[in-house]
Amino acid sequence: MQPAGSVSSSSAPPAAPSTEARPLPAWIVEVVLPIATIAGLFLVWEAVCRAFAIPAYIIPAPSAIWTATTELPGNVAWHTLVTTKTVLLGFLVSVLVSLPLAVLLTSSPIVAAAIYPLLVLTQAIPKVALAPILVVVLGTSELPRVVVTFLVAFFPLVLSIASGLVSVPPELIELGRACRANKWTELTRIRLPYAVPFIFSGLKAAVALAVVGAVVAEFVNAEAGLGYLIQTSTAFFKVQLAWGALIILSVMGIVLFQIVVAVERVFFPWSPGIDKPAV
Amino acid sequence: MIEIENVSKHFVSRDRDRIAALSDVSLSIRRNEFVCLVGPSGCGKSTLLRLVGGLIPLSRGRVVIDGRPVREPRAETGIVFQTPTLLPWANVLDNVLFPLKMMKRLTPESPKRAMRLLELVGLAGFERKYPRELSGGMQMRVGICRALVHDPDILLMDEPFGALDALTREELTLELMRVWREQPKTVLFVTHSIPESVMLADRVVVLSPRPGRVAEVIPVSVPRPRQFGMEALDEFQRAAGRIRQLIFGAARGTLH
Repeated sequence: MQPAGSVSSSSAPPAAPSTEARPLPAWIVEVVLPIATIAGLFLVWEAVCRAFAIPAYIIPAPSAIWTATTELPGNVAWHTLVTTKTVLLGFLVSVLVSLPLAVLLTSSPIVAAAIYPLLVLTQAIPKVALAPILVVVLGTSELPRVVVTFLVAFFPLVLSIASGLVSVPPELIELGRACRANKWTELTRIRLPYAVPFIFSGLKAAVALAVVGAVVAEFVNAEAGLGYLIQTSTAFFKVQLAWGALIILSVMGIVLFQIVVAVERVFFPWSPGIDKPAV
Repeated sequence: MIEIENVSKHFVSRDRDRIAALSDVSLSIRRNEFVCLVGPSGCGKSTLLRLVGGLIPLSRGRVVIDGRPVREPRAETGIVFQTPTLLPWANVLDNVLFPLKMMKRLTPESPKRAMRLLELVGLAGFERKYPRELSGGMQMRVGICRALVHDPDILLMDEPFGALDALTREELTLELMRVWREQPKTVLFVTHSIPESVMLADRVVVLSPRPGRVAEVIPVSVPRPRQFGMEALDEFQRAAGRIRQLIFGAARGTLH
């Protein structure tokens, strides 16, 4: 790893030009670069809005969005909290359902053949269309929102856990059998630990989808939440506030995703993180 | 100690054909004997190994170990596979201790025993490393320690050095012989390599192509302790020559 200071030496060209690019330090690649990219994007956005005098109801400038969103900080924070609750509950239900479901799916081909069509059916139903129907069935409470969030988020999680459970090398299963393991110990001591990288890849997809699911649910039935805020503020032409809610939703998605990444790194440091971007 | 009596094994393929893997194999292995199974690919060497390990059911005949027919995996058998198949989430020490944990036989002395085994294969100081930090040869050494940790009386090895480079392979062959001298076991060792089989074995069992049958059992009279360089000995050449003749002679016979 190169020390951070060595990067600046590129200002003085080396005597013998090397074709080999020096690797940047990890903290620059992982933290500084993404932040710099996003900051740059906002700067360009602001500049374009001002230079071409784009009307705020079409695309508001970041500064205008900031002003509108921070005008009533308590209000926005309340909506954010409500949505976060729905997202987390839906995500939690997804995890609680997906784990046993994946175990069941991989337990026998007959069970898999029986359950799989049902799973595909839940994915074939358009969630936006289902949401109002669920409100009628379940009432105008938190419940239909959590159910919609769950339905949007759980499918990739089930699939990745299931593929993790079946991707255990056959020799490892034989080792378990040679150690006289029963099905339960095989599952808990070999299959599940082996599936951890797969489970986390599913969790990352599920947490991002949970945000989508919660907003969809809020569009249909809510008295609070960022989805509700976007709907009401666009209805009253408070476009800046809608954009603010949109940005908060994106940040929420990123933060939740990074929390999952951090949990994997801290508790399962041996996991290769199978879906790291190839830099 | 191990009696393989008229064992046959067939598999049912996807299109419901019966494929004979082994046909009427009989073999008697003495306690603490080192026996190598050699034969062309698909002759059922690994199948025979798994039958002795009780990992798969046999179709006909029986395997008797110490007077008891094998019906399920036996606690006193250790297995080494072609790939190290270590647990990626456990460090070297925990990988070695894994069979004891699975069989609920972990005692306060177990880690000491595991450390002694690791020392025996030259891995002292690596017990806290994770598998992906080790080379292929080191991983295989851990796999061997894992197979020995519960002090089994039978060690089944399924082409354990097949995936290693030639130098590591020689190194591990010597190490295995040292381990076997210090902790005698009945070893059944599957390999593709004729020199390796002669170097290691008391007797080499040559299997014929599918369905596998015992073509011949060749006693190896090369004196022990063995080392590389002994390949030039007459005893070595005779045994290796005979095995080669049995394997390639038969193949040539089917060509003409």
